[in-house]
Amino acid sequence: MNLQAAASRKTRLTGGHRLCPGCGLGAIVKQVLATIDDPVVVVNATGCLEICTSAYPQTAWETPWIHSLFENTAAVASGIDAARKALVRKKKLSGKAKNLKIVAFAGDGGTYDIGLQALSGALERGHDFTFICLDNEGYMNTGYQRSSASPLGAATSTSPAGKILAGKQTARKDILGIVAAHRIPYAAQSTAAHHLDLIAKAKKAIETPGPAFLNIFSPCPTNWKAPTALGMEICKKAVETNFWPLAEITNGKWKLNFKPQSRKPIEEFLAGQKRFRHLSKPENLKLKQQLQKEVDQKWQELLQLTEIS
Amino acid sequence: MQKILTGNEAAAEAMRQIEPDVVAAYPITPSTKIPEKFSEFVANGKVRTEFVAVESEHSAMSACIGAAASGARAMTATSSQGLALMHEVLVNAGGMRLPIVVANVNRALSAPLSIHGDHSDSLLERDSGWIQLFASSPQEVYDLMIQSFPIAEKTRLPVMVCFDGFETSHLSTNVEVLSDTAAQKFVGQPKKFPNLFDFGKPVTLGGYTSPEYFFEVKRGQFEAFENSRKIISAVGKKFAANYTAPIEKFKIADAELVLVVMGSAAGAAKVAVEKLRAKGKKAGLIRVRTFRPFPGKEILAACGKAKKIGILDRMVPLGSEGGVLFNELNSILYSNNSKPTTSNFIYGIGQRQFNPDHAEQIFADLQKNKLPKINFVNLRA
Repeated sequence: MNLQAAASRKTRLTGGHRLCPGCGLGAIVKQVLATIDDPVVVVNATGCLEICTSAYPQTAWETPWIHSLFENTAAVASGIDAARKALVRKKKLSGKAKNLKIVAFAGDGGTYDIGLQALSGALERGHDFTFICLDNEGYMNTGYQRSSASPLGAATSTSPAGKILAGKQTARKDILGIVAAHRIPYAAQSTAAHHLDLIAKAKKAIETPGPAFLNIFSPCPTNWKAPTALGMEICKKAVETNFWPLAEITNGKWKLNFKPQSRKPIEEFLAGQKRFRHLSKPENLKLKQQLQKEVDQKWQELLQLTEIS
Repeated sequence: MQKILTGNEAAAEAMRQIEPDVVAAYPITPSTKIPEKFSEFVANGKVRTEFVAVESEHSAMSACIGAAASGARAMTATSSQGLALMHEVLVNAGGMRLPIVVANVNRALSAPLSIHGDHSDSLLERDSGWIQLFASSPQEVYDLMIQSFPIAEKTRLPVMVCFDGFETSHLSTNVEVLSDTAAQKFVGQPKKFPNLFDFGKPVTLGGYTSPEYFFEVKRGQFEAFENSRKIISAVGKKFAANYTAPIEKFKIADAELVLVVMGSAAGAAKVAVEKLRAKGKKAGLIRVRTFRPFPGKEILAACGKAKKIGILDRMVPLGSEGGVLFNELNSILYSNNSKPTTSNFIYGIGQRQFNPDHAEQIFADLQKNKLPKINFVNLRA
């Protein structure tokens, strides 16, 4: 799969949606869905992507699409997978439709938090679908409340940078590790801006029989309080600082897809995002150092995982 | 042919004959036997259904939504906490107008924890957008389950078949079962709707709706319930003559003392009616089988001679003027010129015993001049 081939495919998410300028969601969805030849059913959790693409009586979707609720995306996908299997068995599904692919999109809230149980259940049951977390590190559709994907120190509307508490006090949840512990055939991490990495992983995830999981870093300039043009740049910094490693796990084997010559300091990632502005104050130096330490520690753990697996 | 079946087994037997495409279920007492029995059918190749042993009832209903939206027939079974956990998803399925079928074995809601029967679970879902049918025996469980998909698909409304935990779910009786061929002929092939597997005409299902459109969509759902009355009767009539009406009438034509009841308690209440009749009292009974849509007109027409009506609710009204059935009935009777006296009797809560003696006592209470509006049956002082 190359970019040219992906770019020349008829898009399954048309223009005219209402996503913010600089948002990563549209770019990710278009890239992911462009890797698929077979018919695709999209399942969408409640969130920005759902609201901005489906407002009745219009739709931006050129492929069958369903939204049910916030937390049940993986369970709805399970039902679609079960329906496919039964209808094939009963010879009620024929031709290309038999090869249909199921792709679920949820934000980090719909994945790490409220959707985690349904996701875990669906992964354990081994449904043939790809679950894609569009991770913009918080509840963006409702004005950036903290989720368990929000990084340490981030100022959100429910973890504001106050005088006593300077932003979120806890580290992000390790969702990739949690998913990997389900021992599904394929799980990976990428970003909206790493096009070749993203489409290669999307293609692999979707073509892998059984459950697959992608966690895609998606810039939200609106709530990160960053210039709209900077979104993709922030994705690159996230990778270069090891804040968001490009990694994949194939049948239990961990692999890092990118190792920086020397990792850049976390400040380069934080720069330009006003949600981290307070971390440059002297009184918050410790918190920033803690974030750097967490990133470095996680990276070391990843290196070990790639060595031992 | 006759089979000895419990209510749960009757439900599972109907499900085997329906052979839905997907059954997604999570075990909960007293309905567990349904998914157990059905998974046995799957494991032994008796059905081609895809059985999804989900991790919660929330996911059970969600998987049913995914399956039904794909044009597949989807079913589940649950009780009590399970139905309550499904609540959000039940409303969602109703709003999406997906013809899903649920067997709900009625059980009390915690706290305090009770695994035993009452109607508080499904009555809480009375406005969730589901047709609710209350069976009174294993036979009726079977009959209504067989009728469920024709009703759901013709109305485009999900159907909940409710029956009493233990009293019906665990009661073994003779059940007249159709042959597989006859059952399958009655149920028919699934009716086609625009669905997720129609790749030539991609659908967008469950999108966002602005204040400009939301109300109209909900009004459409309201209309569907009004239109469903005729459809439920037509499907029932096709099944057997006694299913034509949404209520069962027992010695009601000249009845002055009337009990209104749902579910298995009708059996005990009928014994009491007969005892009173033997004493020359004009007693009668109405059993509400179709609870949603509520058969107000039919009840009104049936109790034209009634002077005193005892309305039995198997849930505890908390801060309300009365139980669910009581309030629904009073709102209808208000338009009746004869305006009979109505009293509410709360019974069978958390499986508190209700037998013919209790029903007879209700008739005795009804004949008193002064009676509290809300009465508690077989409650320790």
